[in-house]
Amino acid sequence: MHFAALGRILGMLLMLFSLTQVPPLLIALYDGGEASYSFSLALSITLLTGLCIWYPLRNRREELRVRDGYVLTASFWFVLASFGAMPFYLSLRPEMSLVDSIFEAFSGLSTTGATVLTGIDSLPRAILYYRQQLQWLGGMGIVVLAVAIMPMLGVGGMQLYRSEIPGPVKDNKLSPRIADTAKTLWIIYCGLTVLCALAYAIAGMSWFDAIGHSFSTIAIGGFSTHDASIGYFDSVAIELIAVFFMVLSGMNFGLHFLALRSRSLKAYFKDPECMAFVKILGTTVLITFIVLVLYNHYNNPMLTLRHALFQVVSVASTTGFSVTDFSGWPSFLPYLLLYTAFIGACAGSTGGGMKVMRIMLLFRQGQREIQRLLHPNGVFMVKLGKRTVPDRVIEAVWGFSAVYLLTFFVLMMALLACELDPITAFSTLASCMNNLGPALGDASLHYAELPSSAKLILSFAMILGRLEVFSLLILFTPAFWRY
Amino acid sequence: MKIIILGAGQVGGNLAEQLANEANDITVVDTDAEHLRELGERLDIRTVTGHASFPAILRQAGADDADMLVAVTNSDEINMIACQVAHTLFRTPTKIARVRATQYLTRADLFAPDALPIDVLISPEQVVTHHIKRLIEHPGTLQVMDFADGKAQLVCVRAHYGGLLVGQQLRQLREHLPNADIRVAAIFRRDRPIIPTGDTVIEVDDEVFFIAARHRIREMMSELRSVEVGYQRVVIAGGGQVGERLAEAIESHCQVKIIEMNPARCRHLSGTLDSTLVLHGSASDRELLIEENIDQADLFIAVTNDDDANIMSSLLAKRLGVRKVMALINNPAYLDLMQGGAIDIAISPQLATLSVLLTHVRRGDVVSVHSLRRGAAEAIEAIAHGDKQSSKVVGRTINDIRLPPGATIGAIIRDEEVLLVDDELVIASGDHVVLFVVDKKHIPAVERLFQVGLTFF
Repeated sequence: MHFAALGRILGMLLMLFSLTQVPPLLIALYDGGEASYSFSLALSITLLTGLCIWYPLRNRREELRVRDGYVLTASFWFVLASFGAMPFYLSLRPEMSLVDSIFEAFSGLSTTGATVLTGIDSLPRAILYYRQQLQWLGGMGIVVLAVAIMPMLGVGGMQLYRSEIPGPVKDNKLSPRIADTAKTLWIIYCGLTVLCALAYAIAGMSWFDAIGHSFSTIAIGGFSTHDASIGYFDSVAIELIAVFFMVLSGMNFGLHFLALRSRSLKAYFKDPECMAFVKILGTTVLITFIVLVLYNHYNNPMLTLRHALFQVVSVASTTGFSVTDFSGWPSFLPYLLLYTAFIGACAGSTGGGMKVMRIMLLFRQGQREIQRLLHPNGVFMVKLGKRTVPDRVIEAVWGFSAVYLLTFFVLMMALLACELDPITAFSTLASCMNNLGPALGDASLHYAELPSSAKLILSFAMILGRLEVFSLLILFTPAFWRY
Repeated sequence: MKIIILGAGQVGGNLAEQLANEANDITVVDTDAEHLRELGERLDIRTVTGHASFPAILRQAGADDADMLVAVTNSDEINMIACQVAHTLFRTPTKIARVRATQYLTRADLFAPDALPIDVLISPEQVVTHHIKRLIEHPGTLQVMDFADGKAQLVCVRAHYGGLLVGQQLRQLREHLPNADIRVAAIFRRDRPIIPTGDTVIEVDDEVFFIAARHRIREMMSELRSVEVGYQRVVIAGGGQVGERLAEAIESHCQVKIIEMNPARCRHLSGTLDSTLVLHGSASDRELLIEENIDQADLFIAVTNDDDANIMSSLLAKRLGVRKVMALINNPAYLDLMQGGAIDIAISPQLATLSVLLTHVRRGDVVSVHSLRRGAAEAIEAIAHGDKQSSKVVGRTINDIRLPPGATIGAIIRDEEVLLVDDELVIASGDHVVLFVVDKKHIPAVERLFQVGLTFF
C-alpha cells in the first residue's frame, strides 16, 4: 500500500473539492450573505486540511497499484462526503444535526437523492444550489468509476466492458489511461448537462432551477430545489425533458462516446444492454399504466399515462424525482417500482441498482441451467448480442448478486434493530442501496423521522451500493491489508 | 493441355486420375516421394518431389509452358504463394487454388490480379456445404446440381413405388405434366446407363436424372416417388468447418442439433451459432443419441473428417430410427459400398470439389461441370458461340447436331428462360446448353463440338 501517494492524491482532491464551495459562496453573497459564513468556513477548513495532508507528501509520486485503487475510490466517497457535510452542519438555516448533515451529503455525493430536509422551497438558495452541485460532482466521479475504473478492476463482472473503455489504449498503466478516459467522459457529461439545462430553461424553468435540476438529472441523483420535486412545475414539457435525459443518463456513457465518434445512433441499437434497459422501462410503464387505469386511480387516462411514464422512468433509472406520491399507488405498484430500481440503469452510467447487464446475465444463466437439465450433454454459452460472455464474468456476476443480497439482508436486520417497521426498513434500504431516493412507509416523504442510527446505516448503504459492494467490502477483509 | 497439380492428397490424386485419362499432360508435385511414386506407378503422369511453392520446383514441374496450375496442397498459404510465384515468374495463364480458411475468403478484393493472382478459389468445405444444403432443400434427391446460376437444376432421384410414372413409359410424362419443361436426361439401371426414349419404362430402383426449372422439381419428384415432407429436425454429427457452416445455413428454418467431440470446439460453436443446440459427445454414443430423441429426427448428417466414424454413426442413427441419413465419405471404395444401402446418401467431398475443378479444365466456353456417379458420367453446361459456319452447334436444330453416342442435350437456357428441348429447336449464339454425357470417354468429342472454328476469328 502506498499510503504516502494515496495521501498526496487525497490532499489534492480535498483542495480541489474546497474550490467547489466557491459557487455556493458567491450565490450566498449575491443573495445577501445568508449562509455565506458556513460556506467560507467549510471552504477554509477543507482547503487547509487538504493542504496539510498534501504539502508534506507533495513529492511522493509513486505508481499506484490495483489495491491502491480500491482504497482511493472508497476514500474518495467517504472523505469527500464527510467534508461535504460541513456546510450543512455549520449553516443556521436549515439547522441540522451532525448525522443529518452526513446523511444529506452522502445522499448527495452518491447521487441517491434521499433527503432529511423539509420546507426546501424556503431554504437559502446557496444551500439548495450546493445540494444539486454535490450530486453533479458525485455523478462526475461515478462516470469515471463506472466506465473506467470498475471494468479495469473487474468488479462483479464489469471486466466485460474492459475493451469498451473510450479513449486511447496506447498506455497500459492505470492512471494515464484513466485520466484520458475521464477527460472524454467529462466532456460528454458536461455536454449533456448543458443541453439538459437549456432544455429545462426553454421549457419554462428559471435559470437557477434549470441548472440545479439538470445537475441532478444527468447525475441520476434526484435532489430538487422544491419540496414537490418536478411536480412543482406541473409541466408536461419539463417532465418529458426529464424523462428523456434520465433515460440518456441511464445508458452506458461508453455508448454516448461511441455514438458521438461515429456520428450515428447505431451504437445504441446494437447494444443489447441498452435495448434491454429501454424494454424494461417500456414494459414497466405499460404495466403501471394498465393497473392505474384498472384501479381508476387518476380518473384521467392522459394524466395516468403522464404520471406512469415519469414515475417509472424516474424510479427505474434510480433518479428519484417525483411528480406524485407513488407510495400511495394501488396494488403491487409501489413494490414493482422498487424492484425495477434493483435492476437499475445500465452498467457504465450514473445510475444505481444492480445494473441491467448483470440482471440480463443472471437471467441468461438461469435459462442455461434449464437447458442443461434438458440436454445434459449440451454445451451452452451465455451470449449478449453476438458476443459470448466468458464464464469468469458469469461467476463474478453470481458472486456479486449473492453478496449484494446478503449485505442487503444483514443491513435490513440492522435497520429492524433500529426499530424501523419492516416496510420502512425494506424500502429505505432498497432505495439507498440502489441509490434511488424515495421510499415507502415512514420515509415516503422524507427521511427526517428516522432514528440517527438508521440514518448512518443508510448512509453506509448508499456508498456500498455506489461502489458496487465488492470494492468497499474488499477493504474489510484481512487479506487485503496483509503483505 | 499441360496441367501442374500441387499436392497429391485425396483431391490432387483424384483430379490427376480423372484428367490423366483424358489425354492431358499432368505433372503432380508433392513432398512425399513415396506417395508420389505409388501414384506415378498407377497413372500416366509425371511426378516431381519437392516443396510446391519453390520456383525451382515449379520450373522443374514444367511451369514455363504450363496452361494451368492447380494448387491443392494441405496448406492454404503454400497454395496462395505457389499461385503468386507461378504468376510472377512463369506467367501461368490459369491458376486455381484451394483455400480452406474462411478468414481469407471474406475479402474478395484480396484475390484481385494485382494482389493475390488466383483465378479460381476452391473451398472444399464451402462446396460440400452447398451440396448438402441443396439436398436438404429437395428432400428425396440424391444429388442436385445447378445450371445457369440455379435457374435450371439437374436432379438425381431413385424411383420408388408410389411414384405416378413408375412402371410407365416416359412419354406418359407429357400427359401427367403437360406444361412442364422437364427432360429426363439419363437413367441408370443396376449401374448401367440407359439413353431414355419415349418408350423407356421407368422401373423401381432406377436412378433417374432429370433437368427442370427449379420450381418444377417438386412436381417431377412426385412422378418418381411418393412425396417426402421437408426435413425439420436435423442432427449434424461433427462440428468441423462443414458442420458449422451447414448449421449456420439451415438453423433459421430447421431445428438443428450438432454433436461434437472436442469441448473447446463445442464452446466455439455454441458461441457462433444462434439457435443450434450444441452437444458435447460422440456421435456414435447410443445413449446420447437416444437421449436427444434421435428417433424423432428427420435427418442425420455425419460430417466428421473420419470416414469410419461417419459410416458407423450413420448406421447407428438409422438403426435408432432417424428418417434419412447422409454421410460424408472420402474413401471412394467405401462410397460405392455405402451409397443406396443403409446410408441414404453418401457424399464425396472429392467429387464435389472435382466438379468445380473440371469446369475450368474443360475446353470451350464451359460454365459448369458436374461429375456424376463417382466420376463415370458428367453433366456439362456450355455456351454456344459463333454462327452457322464457325460453330458446329449454332444455327442447327438439335436433331442436326452430331452428338457423340451416350450424350444427350438436357436443356437449353436462353435469356434467363429454360426452354423445352424438342428436336426442331434451333440453337442460337449465347444459348447455355446443358449436356449429359454418360460415358466419360466421349467428353473430348463434346468439347470439340463447342469450340469455335478458326474462321470465327
